[in-house]
Amino acid sequence: MSDQFEPVIIGFTCNWCSYRAADMAGTARMKYSPNIRLIRLMCSGRLDPTFVLKAFAGGADGVMITGCHPGDCHYVEQNYKAMRRFVILKKTLAQLGIETGRIKLLWASAAEGAIFTDEVNKFVEQVRELGPLQWPTSGGGLEKMFAMPEQMLVKEVSA
Amino acid sequence: MSGNGKPKFAMYWAASCGGCEIAVLNIHEKILDVDANFEVVFWPVAMDAKYKDVEAMEDGSILLTLFNGAIRNDENEHIAKLLRKKSKLLVAFGSCANEGCMPALANLSNIQEIVDTAFSTPSTDNPQNIRPNTKFSVPEGELHIPTLYPVVRTLDQVVPVDYYMPGCPPESHQIAAVIDLVIQVLQGKAELPPAGSVIGVGNSTVCDECTRKRNEKKIKKFERIQHIMIDPELCILEQGVLCSGPATRSGCSALCPKAGSPCIGCYGPAEGAEDYGSRLMTAVASVVDSNDPAEIEKIFEGIPDPAGQFYRFNLAGSLLRFSKPAWKG
Ligand code: SF4
Ligand code: SF4
Ligand code: SF4
Repeated sequence: MSDQFEPVIIGFTCNWCSYRAADMAGTARMKYSPNIRLIRLMCSGRLDPTFVLKAFAGGADGVMITGCHPGDCHYVEQNYKAMRRFVILKKTLAQLGIETGRIKLLWASAAEGAIFTDEVNKFVEQVRELGPLQWPTSGGGLEKMFAMPEQMLVKEVSA
Repeated sequence: MSGNGKPKFAMYWAASCGGCEIAVLNIHEKILDVDANFEVVFWPVAMDAKYKDVEAMEDGSILLTLFNGAIRNDENEHIAKLLRKKSKLLVAFGSCANEGCMPALANLSNIQEIVDTAFSTPSTDNPQNIRPNTKFSVPEGELHIPTLYPVVRTLDQVVPVDYYMPGCPPESHQIAAVIDLVIQVLQGKAELPPAGSVIGVGNSTVCDECTRKRNEKKIKKFERIQHIMIDPELCILEQGVLCSGPATRSGCSALCPKAGSPCIGCYGPAEGAEDYGSRLMTAVASVVDSNDPAEIEKIFEGIPDPAGQFYRFNLAGSLLRFSKPAWKG
């Protein structure tokens, strides 16, 4: 095992385009980083921001959302909804201290296996660069936070 | 305690504003029913009782405790644990206890910043930059004041809660209805709702109770309410002013939109919404009238403080609970 930080990335793909792009990458034996765990949705429009927050709260270091190219959505225009949600979600996350580099939106058609693998690899490197997120709601962070109240004391400033 | 045979009632405030207490007193003559049916054993805002009196009570001897306020410091946590032990029914009362409310907006900031803001602003007279000490020795012994925690928590993040009663504060008619119900249960005329229920509320959204007309109109620009004349008949959100009705639990009879002001979400997440902010982001994204990334960004510039808007009442109760600066220090 190397000491390199291996980010945990959750990827949401849509059934019709981006999941097929991943599938195509697989059948064509294109290699891509194993750091991404794909979850297939019927459509990027199904992407409730709750899913992204849950991923981060559960310990993910990055989240990638993929869908059909604008204009190509199998449910007409749901991917535009995903796009609008993504913009406001990203802005909200930034305020909560989650770097914008930890979340990415990618459009990939079923034929774009190479683009898909390339973008996944780039994203994994980008998140690796940012380092672990380790939100305290995951992995016992909360217990640590409240087990040591003396650490949290308001610091005394000499008068 | 005298023990006049009546079931015991307690109410406590942790990190709160006092509004929840006022809301209970606002039930007018119904307060006499509380007195007639309960022995009030602990209620700091209304009567003199000491923590040691509560400590001396038998476990489970208080029938009903309405707990308002969030958990901000170790005193809040201590009393929450104490009242949990002493109470049969512990109700998270009001938005602060349910989801953090205003106190939990502090979860956007680092604790040191908060203390600095409180004790060293230009308008604060504190030339020596003194900070509170949590321990202080005096000839009589050592004094302690509560220690702030790095983040604000909801009541049920600290102890198990039997019922949830949201609202900032809960509407008085809802409080009266809940008190009536408990009295009926005592008289054997009704049954308690299943444990874990949200009580004194409706089970749809504020939009469902709102009488304003909706036309599925989309918007090109978010407006601040003070910059436009709100049409009295039409949906406020469709007029470009952010209204939290679509994500918020019903129960207040859409008080704010009826008065011409947007709902700001005080009744908390609608039934089934796991994360209030997510529900609201989804609702807001669907009224934006653009499919162009640059234009979408531009339109959302009209919401300069999305975390504050979407989690105004819910930050501690949200999936992420706090910002990174708050927990990273
Ligand atoms: S819920 Fe609202 S009214 Fe009640 S204590 Fe909190 S801020 Fe005050
Ligand atoms: S968004 Fe606001 S104004 Fe519009 S229907 Fe819902 S509660 Fe009423
Ligand atoms: S309209 Fe919204 S903010 Fe106003 S009382 Fe009802 S839930 Fe609270």
